[in-house]
Amino acid sequence: MTSKNKWLSAPYLFWSAVFIIIPLGMVLYYGLTDRTGAFTIDNIMAITSAGHAKSLRLALLLSFISTIVCFLLAYPLAMILANMKVKRHNFIILIFILPMWMNFLLRTLAWQTLLEKNGVINHILSFLHLPALKIINTPAAIILGMVYNFLPFMVLPLYNALAKIDTNVINAARDLGASHFYTFIRIILPLSVPGIISGITMVFIPALTTFVISSLLGGGKLLLIGDVIEQEFTRTSNWHLGSGLSMVLMIFILINMVLSAIFDKEGEGSML
Amino acid sequence: MKKYRLHHIKQISVTLALLLSVILCGCSSAGKGVNGQVIVYNWGEYIDPETIRMFEEESGIKVIYDEFETNESMYPKVESGAVAYDIACPSDYMISRMIQNGMLSELDYAKMPNARKNIGAQYFEQSRGFDPDNKYAIPYCWGTVGILYNKTMVEEPITRWEQLWDEKYADNILMQDSVRDAFMVSEKICGFSMNTLDPEELETAKNLLIEQKPLIQAYVVDQVRDKMIGEEAAIGVIYSGEAIYTQRENPNLVYVIPEEGTNVWIDAWVILKNAPNKENAEKFIDFMCREDIALMNFDYITYSTPNEAARNLIEDEDIRNSEIAFPDLSRYDNLETYVYLGEEGDSLYNELWKEVKAY
Repeated sequence: MTSKNKWLSAPYLFWSAVFIIIPLGMVLYYGLTDRTGAFTIDNIMAITSAGHAKSLRLALLLSFISTIVCFLLAYPLAMILANMKVKRHNFIILIFILPMWMNFLLRTLAWQTLLEKNGVINHILSFLHLPALKIINTPAAIILGMVYNFLPFMVLPLYNALAKIDTNVINAARDLGASHFYTFIRIILPLSVPGIISGITMVFIPALTTFVISSLLGGGKLLLIGDVIEQEFTRTSNWHLGSGLSMVLMIFILINMVLSAIFDKEGEGSML
Repeated sequence: MKKYRLHHIKQISVTLALLLSVILCGCSSAGKGVNGQVIVYNWGEYIDPETIRMFEEESGIKVIYDEFETNESMYPKVESGAVAYDIACPSDYMISRMIQNGMLSELDYAKMPNARKNIGAQYFEQSRGFDPDNKYAIPYCWGTVGILYNKTMVEEPITRWEQLWDEKYADNILMQDSVRDAFMVSEKICGFSMNTLDPEELETAKNLLIEQKPLIQAYVVDQVRDKMIGEEAAIGVIYSGEAIYTQRENPNLVYVIPEEGTNVWIDAWVILKNAPNKENAEKFIDFMCREDIALMNFDYITYSTPNEAARNLIEDEDIRNSEIAFPDLSRYDNLETYVYLGEEGDSLYNELWKEVKAY
């Protein structure tokens, strides 16, 4: 970048200073102090208490499962998209992005109505004389909500990475006698790793930190670490504890960022 | 203690409305009425919007109206001063917390003639529990916490809190997702005070709630009303103000005050210290105490009004003398009102509630 157009980034730098750096500084400040303003690490160590540790474990487990499910659903789809003609795949991508134009809270609220005991899905099932679906207010409903909301964030980076693979490389492998399966394992999969890592990051992090999905679809019975933090801020007004626990979550986010920096050096898997 | 339909949609629209009003205020001075403005912070769906419009028309004061979902979520927002509210409408124990922390401003009854004239003396008497000299709060709504059940979905009438622990109703029970109301239920079963700070009693109450958790369909705040109307569950813990509305929507629903006793609450108008528009705030509260306005609000939100003059205007005799809307409190000897437990007491309750929720 030449020094001439450096100032073009000024609005963005200003934005990140005001809305990213300063809030982060405040989280650090609150997380490391108690109500009297004295330095303490109690807020961070609070993660080891039975309730908090359990919420963190549950959040890790559910977001891990959601990420795997997203990956298994998204990879075949991304491969199909990458092999399609340009006009048609644009249409399919539009279909994927379209729901994201609607507010994510509303879509999750819609799932609540769909899954309820007397909800739409159960009405249809009972009409067909099938047994009722009982997943609302269970971990399964939360996983469903996570997969539904975050699937596009897995598909798009995977598709980007797969679309960039030079078809000549694949043809060469086929010419040299590699089977379809062997080509996939040795050529396609390794070349799509940046997209995989980026997709995993983009699904795992929001799933780990969510509180809306769990409170809407979990019936308030399943407390994820995100719910704990949210309630520290909004209900018990203990910002210090909330910030301390947020800092623990940031550790997981940092680990994820380091991993993606290692595997995705050229930013190939990025969404844009 | 409030009416709330799809509260998330509400939150979004409130946010949008606030954003819009910020934009509008930025563009022109049209954001203020000829006589200035007043900023009101109330429970969601806790007022007939028509009354706000009438107030604006009659007084020339622009009302900026904002809503909250629980006392606990209201408090930090008012405390932080992010928005300079003039008026809030918290419940009893939260008012005493605000008084103790010097967040309220004393009322001038001379400027609010309707308040003295129309609000029943017994409600001011009751308010002394949290506002000893009636200096800070004017009752707006009151009621009890009870059980709403669907008579077609239960095997026998529900009369006791204990029945919320009955295994035959597993996955058919809705509990309140608010710390004080949840603990109140288990404390009353054990015969403790709902304001107890005794560690052993609290431990017992907590274990009882944990024991109940597998039977609970969901912990809810506002959705209890829609879920009960939609027959999602057989039994729910609900505020008495919702009873009339829910019965109107679904005649199978019955509201009871449990035999073990329950909580009687009052939500009251308070003017915040440093309110930028104190005079307008007084006018607003006085307007809300006018009998015709109080009647409109009662018809709209169906929460019991302490406004005797308005109650006398209720045309439907069944509602005017309803045991649900206007129970004769002297008939019960085990009703209690929440008191503020202090910062330590609060965090003790919150800690225990978190243990229940995370269990």
